[in-house]
Formats: sequence, structure tokens, C-alpha cells
Amino acid sequence: MRIEKKRKIKNYIALSLATLTAIIGLFWLVFILTSILIKGLSAINLSLFLNDPAPPGIPGGGLRCAFIGQLIITILACIIGVPIGVLGGTFLAEYGRNNKLSGLVSALADMMTSFPSIVVGVFVYTLVVRPMGHFSGYAGALALAIIMIPIILRTTEETLKLIPWELREAAFALGAPYYLVIKDVVYRGAATGLFTGIMLSIARVAVETAPLLFTSFNNSFLTLNPNQPMPSLTVTIYQYAMGPYPDWHRLAWGASFVIVIFVLLFNIAGRFFIKKRLKK
Amino acid sequence: MSDVLIEVKHLNFYYGSVKVLKDINLNVEKNNITALIGPSGCGKTTFLRCFNRMHDLYKGNRYEGEILLNGENLLKTQDLIALRSKVGMVFQKPTPFPMSIFDNVAYGLKLKGIKKKSEVEDIVERSLMQAALWDEVKDKLSSPATSLSGGQQQRLVIARALAVEPDIILFDEPTSALDPIATAKIEELLTHLKDITTILIVTHNMQQAARVSEYTAFMFQGELIEFDRTEKIFTNPREELTEKYITGRFG
Repeated sequence: MRIEKKRKIKNYIALSLATLTAIIGLFWLVFILTSILIKGLSAINLSLFLNDPAPPGIPGGGLRCAFIGQLIITILACIIGVPIGVLGGTFLAEYGRNNKLSGLVSALADMMTSFPSIVVGVFVYTLVVRPMGHFSGYAGALALAIIMIPIILRTTEETLKLIPWELREAAFALGAPYYLVIKDVVYRGAATGLFTGIMLSIARVAVETAPLLFTSFNNSFLTLNPNQPMPSLTVTIYQYAMGPYPDWHRLAWGASFVIVIFVLLFNIAGRFFIKKRLKK
Repeated sequence: MSDVLIEVKHLNFYYGSVKVLKDINLNVEKNNITALIGPSGCGKTTFLRCFNRMHDLYKGNRYEGEILLNGENLLKTQDLIALRSKVGMVFQKPTPFPMSIFDNVAYGLKLKGIKKKSEVEDIVERSLMQAALWDEVKDKLSSPATSLSGGQQQRLVIARALAVEPDIILFDEPTSALDPIATAKIEELLTHLKDITTILIVTHNMQQAARVSEYTAFMFQGELIEFDRTEKIFTNPREELTEKYITGRFG
């Protein structure tokens, strides 16, 4: 009897501790999200998207240039990062699957996914920004691409490895050369997984600030030329939130709101595709 | 009454330095079913995979001897793509590609460069009919192949192999992943298929070999112990080892 009572008490303590810590964790998440939603939502209006920043004190300023800059930088990052990531992952899972070097590259890519992004920023700064002599959207895109590549590389590798080997043999047995086996059979079977990896990597880099501070920097004017310094949402949030003007704070809240919603949607979409894949 | 399609002469096969097939000689008769039986690890699947050179996918494998198809030594041929359209293969687990039913059957045609739409459609329909699947799928050719049942998938894979009109189809335990009803359907299909092609089948199931095949080869530890007409093997085998195996005293 006594031992059972002891166990009940222990169970009660463990349960209370677990619940308490869960609540503490959730509290901050909810706190951050709600304050962004409340303060951000009040900053959302058409001029946020349609106007460029106005001098402090003049109403009606927006962040059009930052939205467009962010979009251009992210698309350029995808153009660099997605092919390299997918093809590299394909090499690791297919042509180089029995290669010792492949294992090493995989392990390094795993490490890279948790690499401090500010180091990537400094790296691109010395590699591109210094020789060019000025900040640029290209440099920002390159920094984001470097962060994307190991993520896409690893998700591609893992997804392709899930495709049963017999399926490849069956395609070989019909006379298909390896590149067609990969293109027609392996990629098709892995399509949702590949897509999910790409989506999640975009969601990851869209919220990076540090690498952009050193590369694309900022610009309060609209520019479509990636060879110039380019504004991005994250760097704008950083500078506006630090600034002294209430107008700037409001815009920073608005930008935070948009970016949080964007990441949320991408993650939900990513999870949706993962579920869809598991169902099949 | 029948002709020899494939002659296997003094075939040896090595995984690295390990000799796993030892001096195999055998003739495959055209429009017949030849069954390969033997205990696990006897080399029957390894033997089967020599005919379409599947071992070439992996490093360190080596063939010796000859497998002659219409006088051409398959082991020396450089054009594996042409070889594999002459020698089809169906695997243990159904292997439908992640595409539609139609595209699965048409895939081999695409590889062969047959592009004319009407021709492809005709061949797909003919192949599905030959594989006794047409009536079940004719209204849903654009559905994903993975939506079919296991037995249907296996017949789809057979249709895919038939589409390129191979001289011979290799079957590697094609029914071991299927239930008895689906198995019966495949077996019935096999006996019809020998009118249009030749079949070499590896099976673990001795009754299956007895039911469907005209010739049976019994293998043991990489050697071909006995090869004869199926009824001879199962009623009056020449070798004691064969008799022991078919009566279930080992293996």
C-alpha cells in the first residue's frame, strides 16, 4: 500500500512539473505572437505596402521598398540555392551513395544547418562586398543561399533515400539510364518531399537578419537593381525598432506581423505536404 | 517441337572474389515457362539477374561464360538499354512507378523513342489486355498506379514489361508478396503469356513451379543440380538431392 501511495505522489509531482514547464514555454510563445498580432495588425494598412518610407513626422510612410527588396533577395537566393541543394542532395543519395566522401559531406551539411548565420554574413562580406566596394542585393542573396543549401541538400538526400531501391532497379530493368531513372521515377516519387524541403528552407532564410546586415544592408528607396544596397524586412525591422520615432516603431510592428504570418503559412504548408506524403 | 531461345554455357559469376554461380549450362526453350527452384541462397535469383545484367549496377561483380540470345552473348553486349528491352523483368514486390497507370505502361515505349500518340495508346491497351488488367483499369488510366491493389500492381508491372515486346521476361518470385487469389490470377496469366513470350521464373513455391512450368531447374549452392522437364523433376528426378528437396526433406 505504502509503495503505491509513494508512486502516486511521484506521479503527481512529475505531472505537475511537466505541465508547469509546458505552460511557461507556451506563455512566451503566445505572448510574443499576440503582441505582434495586436500591435502589428494596427499598423497594417494599404500605405504600408504601397508607399516608401516617409521622413519621420510625415504620415503615410510605408515599407514598399522593403517588401520588394525582400522578395527579390529571396527569389535570387532560391535561384542560387535550390538547384545546388537539390542536385547536391541527389548526388549524395544516388551517384555517391556508397562514397565515403558523401557521408562526410552529409555530416558537414548537418553542422552547417545550425551554423551561426552572422558568420555567413561576415563570410560573404569579405568575399563579395569588400571586393565590390559596396553592399548589394546580390551579396544578400548569396548569403541566404549559403544558408539554404545545406537544408535543401539534407532534405533532398533523406527524401530520395526513402524511395525504395527496387523501384530504381525496375526502371533500370526497362532499360532506363540512371539520369532518367532519377528524373522520371525518383524525383516524381519524392516530389512532395523535395518541395517541402525547399519551402521550409525559404521560411528559414526569410527571417534572417544578421547575414543581410553585412551584405545587402539597407536602403530607404525602392530599387529593383540587386547590384545596389537593398532593403529587406528583417533589417528594416532591426533599424526601425531601434530608432527613436513612434512612426518607425509602428512600421516595424507591421513588418514583423507580415513576416510572422508568412513563416507561419510556409510552415503550415510544409507540414501539410509532409502529411500528404506520409499518407501515400 | 520447340526452339531454344537462350543458351547458357559455362556461366560463372563472382561477387568480388566469391564464386556464387558455378559452371551453369542450360537451355531456355522458346514460348515455354522455365522455373528455377532451390533453397534460399542457392543462387537462383543471382542467376536470373545475369540475363538482364542487373549485376552491372553494382561494383565488383564479374561474369564468365556465355548467355546466348539469338547467337549474341548477353554478357558481352555493350548496349544494356537494347538488351533490357529484349529481356524484361518483374520483381518480387510490385514496382509501379509514381505516375499514372497509362504512363507506367508507356514508360518503356518512351525509352525506346516511340512517341506517336495513337501507336502508344494502342500498345498500352494491348499490353494491359495481355496482362488481364484492361477491364479493371480502362476507365481510370490516368489514376496513379499506386491506387491499385497489390495483385493489380503486379499485373500492371507485367503489362509494362510486355509493352516493349521482350523476347523473354524474368520473374523473380512474382507472387511471394501477394495473397492466394492474386497469386492464382498471376499464375493463370503466366500460362497464357507463354504464347507471346518466354518466361524464366524464380520461385520459392515448389507447387507453383509444378503448376505453371514446362521445365524446371533445381539449384543448390550455386550449382545447377538438375534440369529437365517439370514432370520428370517432380515425379522421377535423376538426382537424389533433387528428390530430397522436392519431398521437403531439406531447404
